[in-house]
Amino acid sequence: MALLTFESVGLSYGGDNVAHDVSFSVNAGEFWGIIGENGSGKTTLMKALLGLLPCASGRIVMGEGLKPNEIGYLPQQSAIQKDFPASVFEVVLSGTIGWRGRKPFYGKRERETARENMDLLGLLPLEEHSYQELSGGQQQRVLLARALCATKKCLVLDEPTTGLDPVVTAEFYRLLNDINARGMTIVMVSHDVEEAVRSCSHILHLSCHPLFIGTAAEYKNSPIGRKYLKETAV
Amino acid sequence: MIALYFQNMPDIMIRALVVGTLVSLCASLLGVTLVLKRYSMIGDGLSHVGFGALAIAAVLHAGKASMAVSLPIVMLAAFVLMWLTEKRRMQGDAAIAVLSTGAIAVGTLLFRFSDNPYQDICNSLFGTASMALLSDADMWISVGVSVAVIGLFILFYTRIFSVTFDASFAKATGVHVGFYSLMLAALTAVTVVIGMKMVGAIMVSGLIIFPALSAMRVAKQFKTVMITSAALSLVCFFTGFFLSLLLEAQPGPAIIAVHVLSFLICCLIGSLKTRIRTRKTRGIVVEPPCKASR
Repeated sequence: MALLTFESVGLSYGGDNVAHDVSFSVNAGEFWGIIGENGSGKTTLMKALLGLLPCASGRIVMGEGLKPNEIGYLPQQSAIQKDFPASVFEVVLSGTIGWRGRKPFYGKRERETARENMDLLGLLPLEEHSYQELSGGQQQRVLLARALCATKKCLVLDEPTTGLDPVVTAEFYRLLNDINARGMTIVMVSHDVEEAVRSCSHILHLSCHPLFIGTAAEYKNSPIGRKYLKETAV
Repeated sequence: MIALYFQNMPDIMIRALVVGTLVSLCASLLGVTLVLKRYSMIGDGLSHVGFGALAIAAVLHAGKASMAVSLPIVMLAAFVLMWLTEKRRMQGDAAIAVLSTGAIAVGTLLFRFSDNPYQDICNSLFGTASMALLSDADMWISVGVSVAVIGLFILFYTRIFSVTFDASFAKATGVHVGFYSLMLAALTAVTVVIGMKMVGAIMVSGLIIFPALSAMRVAKQFKTVMITSAALSLVCFFTGFFLSLLLEAQPGPAIIAVHVLSFLICCLIGSLKTRIRTRKTRGIVVEPPCKASR
């Protein structure tokens, strides 16, 4: 059974229908890029997947024992976070909050998970540094480590490279591909079509309803893919 | 007034110091979250509602049990404010302005019907002239409620961090964000009501905001900010309180004035620290290697 199955999902936001008839499934280990223009419903779809918004119709089925709160989420940065006084360790550790149950404080297991993920992303030297003093790329890596703490199976990323310069962006995608190669399923919402096609294994092109569902290689050679890539390249 | 202090010094002093310590702790802990969540003005708005609530208490001749009347009113106002802001029924700052000016207007009118309008208005706005005027009922309410605030804060510390830093991430990992917003609103309301007795409605939001702002100038981790904020709040309270005895002035303004001074000092220390750090790290790019991409 697939890790995530969208069964003719319809979505509304603020009373407006933003997407309908979205059906596709994500298998374990795949790297999906959900692309589309502003207002195409991709962010709403992601929120429904995370359980932040209800589906107006249809449903999202999770397989392989995945629970809704076991998805690692990398949201877009808010203005509040940019100057937030917190150490890198504090932020990463807060990723384990979902699997702690009713316990009020973090235990040894949570601290170890946080350390492992910081080590994986090369953040250990920055452990004691303040989040607000890091560069944009480093901050994004901290939030990625936090998302990894929340999950063992599936990451959901919301426009992860917004505001990063090209070099840092390329490095971030390399990091995602490495994490993906270690067996992590990734679903990424992005308007960076070129990078999505280059890095993702599968593409969902959304414009209120799916225009394309398939592998990235197929997308590149499809009429819609070629058209969209050309449009966004200008 | 000063003679009063000397007559019953031990009892009055202990009473004022115990309540002051607890209130300062509550305010400093909550302040960090409120400032970071950009909710500073909520504390300010609620203090004006508190003024209105004290007017109602005065008209009802609640006298010694004024807190029992003002607590539920301010808490209700806090829930309404949160609800308006979260549901986007109204812009947050507009809602606060409406509520606080309304409460001041109605409150001032109501105070006309109290036994001693001038004295009551003055006490409500600027804090009781001496904390000795704290009645038994109010003191026990203050102590009980502030211990509860501190306890809840410590118990939910990790979740409060998560919700403050990133509400949408917290929500996605199954934290009941709405519940914690309401809890923060309730705790703020409670702190405003008990803090108001000490420093008055006009200055109580200073009690909440100053220690947090000062702490953020010098500390850069959440836990150290919390601890610094609490410590600063206590130091400022004690300094301000004894200063007011010395100057024969009201404790409220004295405490807040010390807070202002401590904020300025922290700003100075903060800017010195950044200057030293940038000098140290100039030219060194901290870009650690990545295990995952090796």
